[in-house]
Amino acid sequence: MIELRDVSVAIGARRILSGVNLQARPGEVAAIVGPNGSGKSTLLKALSGDLAYGGRIAINGGDVAAMKPAEAAGLRAVLPQAATLAFPFTVHEVVKLGLASGRSGVPAGEAGRLPERALARVDLAGYAGRFYQELSGGEQQRVQLARVLCQVWAPVLDGRPRYLLLDEPVSSLDIRHQLMVMDVARHFAAGGGGVVAILHDLNLAAMYADRIHVMHNGRLAAAGTPGEVLDDGLIETVFGCRLKVGAVPAGGTPFVLPQSIASR
Amino acid sequence: MANPSLAGPAGMIARPAGDRSGRALLTLAVLAAGLVVVALFSLTSGASDASALGVLRHWFAGAPADALSARDRLIIYDIRLPRVVMGMLVGAALAVSGAVMQGLFRNPLADPGLVGVSAGAGLGAVSVIVLGTTSLAPLTALLGPAALPLAAFSGGLAATLILYRVATRQGRTSVATMLLAGIALAALAMALTGLLVFIADDRQLRDLTFWQLGSLAGATWQKLAAAAVVILPALAAMPFLARGLNALALGEATAAHLGVPVQRLKYAAIVNVSAAVGATVAISGGIGFVGIVVPHVLRLVVGPDNRYLLPGSALLGAALLLLADAFARTVVAPAELPIGIVTAAIGGPFFLWILLRRRGIIDL
Repeated sequence: MIELRDVSVAIGARRILSGVNLQARPGEVAAIVGPNGSGKSTLLKALSGDLAYGGRIAINGGDVAAMKPAEAAGLRAVLPQAATLAFPFTVHEVVKLGLASGRSGVPAGEAGRLPERALARVDLAGYAGRFYQELSGGEQQRVQLARVLCQVWAPVLDGRPRYLLLDEPVSSLDIRHQLMVMDVARHFAAGGGGVVAILHDLNLAAMYADRIHVMHNGRLAAAGTPGEVLDDGLIETVFGCRLKVGAVPAGGTPFVLPQSIASR
Repeated sequence: MANPSLAGPAGMIARPAGDRSGRALLTLAVLAAGLVVVALFSLTSGASDASALGVLRHWFAGAPADALSARDRLIIYDIRLPRVVMGMLVGAALAVSGAVMQGLFRNPLADPGLVGVSAGAGLGAVSVIVLGTTSLAPLTALLGPAALPLAAFSGGLAATLILYRVATRQGRTSVATMLLAGIALAALAMALTGLLVFIADDRQLRDLTFWQLGSLAGATWQKLAAAAVVILPALAAMPFLARGLNALALGEATAAHLGVPVQRLKYAAIVNVSAAVGATVAISGGIGFVGIVVPHVLRLVVGPDNRYLLPGSALLGAALLLLADAFARTVVAPAELPIGIVTAAIGGPFFLWILLRRRGIIDL
């Protein structure tokens, strides 16, 4: 379980987060939604141990602020929004960096082949020999996801659940790969791990998340199942636009929802 | 870019595509063999005609004692051998320090010369050369021949520590601040060095000029021992930073997420680099560009994995400096060119070539 209690973050004199309480359970996908600048990324950074914070953040009961990097690396993997590389690494070499902590959870003999399996999982089989810098933004994002998957390949290790922290994991992906990446997240949760993902697409959040946490002005505005959280009032308050949940466009304008995908 | 035919000694096991470790291991083996050849060549070539064959016979074939004349023996063991060993140490230290700096700054153009370490070490050395007989006389009398290396080492370390204090806030080092602070520190050290040059007398000026140009001439076992005490431990320690530096290529935050103790890694890299660079500046003066050229060439062959790049840089740096020295010794024989001129003449255009090639590909 990931537990945030009264978490606040200030950068300089500016207060970015105040009094955030949040729980993310293993076996579940937790989506964090909210407008730009509402504190979503800051929340994920505090949770990843990148920022000093007030309050308490615990992963499986262990205080994040007191955790050594190696210990934290065995508990959770973090997908950044974008990653640039200073040197010409191949895709294989980037994905293999995920094995650095040595806690992937597969037998030692299989670890060498794990990058290939992880790449296949994100639909990049055959890309191992390419140079990372030569790939498109969406492909790079999936390479990073493969690296992150290698780090915590087993969702549960030594009887303890592990977590994926994903900062806008589908931001540069086409619709097919958005669905694929969210399937990867759900698969991880189904295996007993936990997922915390920042999402902008409310439809995707409604489709995949077990719980949605809504950030607004550095505070948690609402939390609950998609059905409990997503209503016209909340969307108007938080996002500042008057939208109707579940309304079909008038006049036959086409719309495509991820929910409409044929079951696979 | 796993080419099966290049998969190296362990090539029987198929490697996944994009895994260049087989090729890297093969390259390391080739470089090691190449270094041995270059060292032997270096040992047997020079103004004197001590023959290569004679030396080899003397070493390996158990030839009769008269295979080497007393004069050749002196040239080989007391002049050329310390010089060859020093060349290898200096070349390896500069190349590995460059590679570590580049990993630390995530920038293929970073170099100890860039962050003021070399300038600080230079200031220390010039102080001893110019003030050694006047205001610093008690110190030089006390330390004897060790005064110059120690002063250079202290200068390099002082520059690095000031740099670290300036660029580090709340336990985090900003690379951009560090680079800019390095430029400022280097300017300050150069100004102070200039002041010392201004007050130096004619004899000191000549010493200074040659020292600043860089040279392996005048290598003695005593000088070498003083520097090796610092350089060897630093050289031995730096390969242990390789895994952390690999993760750092993804950025500091991601490296930490992967379990790397980033602050400790950065501190270890800084201390080892300033020790190695300070000691090399002291014994050989300003030999530039080795730290940029060698890792860059190697990266083209083995890729950026520091586990292979760091040892490879040591081997190639050592070999390259020996070749440059052999060239410097023979091209205008019996006089000899300062080696710093040779490395700068090769390194300067090379540096520009990297800039042109990378322009637009990667933000510098």
